[in-house]
Amino acid sequence: MSETLLEIVIRSIFVSGIATMIGLAIGIPVGAALGLWKLQRKRATHGRRGRLLLLALVNTGMGLPPVVVGVFIAITLSRSGPLGFFELLYSVPAIIIAQVVLSAPLSAGITYATVASLPERFILQLRAFGANGRQVFRELLWESRLGILAAAAVGFGQVISEVGAVTIVGGNIEGSTRVMTTAIVLEARKGEFIAALGLGLVLLALVFGANLLVARFQESRR
Amino acid sequence: MKNFATLLLIFSISMTMVGCDPSKSVVTLASTTSTEDSGLFSVLAPAFEEDNPDYELRVIAVGTGEALELGRRKDADILLVHAPISEIEFIESGHGVNRKEVMRNDFVLLGPSDDPVGIASAADSIDALEMIAKAESDYVSRGDESGTHKKETSLWDEASVQPPFEGDWFISTGQGMGNSLTIASEKQAYILSDKATYLTRQDNLELSALFQGGSDLSNFYSVIEVTDASETEGAKAFSDWITSAAGKSVISGFGSDEFTEPLFIPTQE
Repeated sequence: MSETLLEIVIRSIFVSGIATMIGLAIGIPVGAALGLWKLQRKRATHGRRGRLLLLALVNTGMGLPPVVVGVFIAITLSRSGPLGFFELLYSVPAIIIAQVVLSAPLSAGITYATVASLPERFILQLRAFGANGRQVFRELLWESRLGILAAAAVGFGQVISEVGAVTIVGGNIEGSTRVMTTAIVLEARKGEFIAALGLGLVLLALVFGANLLVARFQESRR
Repeated sequence: MKNFATLLLIFSISMTMVGCDPSKSVVTLASTTSTEDSGLFSVLAPAFEEDNPDYELRVIAVGTGEALELGRRKDADILLVHAPISEIEFIESGHGVNRKEVMRNDFVLLGPSDDPVGIASAADSIDALEMIAKAESDYVSRGDESGTHKKETSLWDEASVQPPFEGDWFISTGQGMGNSLTIASEKQAYILSDKATYLTRQDNLELSALFQGGSDLSNFYSVIEVTDASETEGAKAFSDWITSAAGKSVISGFGSDEFTEPLFIPTQE
């Protein structure tokens, strides 16, 4: 392998880090809005169907099979696909797109669960202090920050460990789209089980590290 | 609790046995992705089982490197691979016996149909590779130490320039033949492929066969019986069958109707 292990590790962190952040940027507002709806469900009646549908979609999204996401994105980005002119298939942006699709529903789902578990009187109190809708929303997010941090760690852990979609849309190209999981598959296929195991341990350590960081943060703020 | 755990273990083991015919012995064959991607085993396995009703053939399609490693670990009973130098090493270190050449499959250099570098007029395969390298035209390499990749490497070794190259034009995928072909088609890059996989995949590829022929573009497959494997009898049965007239006729018949030429050419004694 002329590419160093370190380069692959750094690329994986970079790609999955960006994807997780974009996933959070999409997932948090959606999840928080759904959570807010749950808290206010007694009064909110309009648009109920749409919200139920959205919640079902988020829950489905949390269990999306990565390879199916990979195949779908590959078809879309392929030269003969609708977005072919961007020539994005087998590039880092293609991997990021796939990982965003996988991590955004997770972020939304966990944010929703956290916000929805807040006491209902919390909103009533805020309103009593004269908070407007935007301020309520901000306060809710602030109160849910620990859950959202957990969403970040779970999302990162999921996308950096994923191999099916990344292989299909990234192509495991050396020096460009080879990430830790695809490198592990390659080493195993070559019969280099020790190298595969070594990379696997580095991957585990990374996911563990991300969760440890979040756990420490959660403990100190509780 | 302990009893429960034991029961659970027995249950799960018996569940994995379901689907196996207990009267048959399972022969595990480790082979390469290029043979699997072409679909040869879907014809070969039933034919072998029909002629040898005592055995059930299970095929694990991996890279040649992993296939040999499976043999070293005795996880496979027999190998069907194509990397002569590694095969001889495998046998010399005592892991296998009875290496027999089974068939040949030719390699072909593929690329965009407009052939920007003009390899169609190359003197030989090495000249063609040199032309691609000189023009720094996109080129997809398997890069997975498979038999096809080893072939590719041996061709580059003869050329005046060798990988690793600077620049983005040399794309090393580290994947099987089928996936690498898809990537080459998307990127409109040159690629060395075995003919069988190319022919079976050509309908959904935007690639043309630009250069073929010459003895250095042939791929020789051999069977090796793994020593001390769990099913040495079955391994021998498969080895004998695939090199017999019955096995050879299945190989030469595979794909002849669909592609006007056989995908694999059995070795003549």
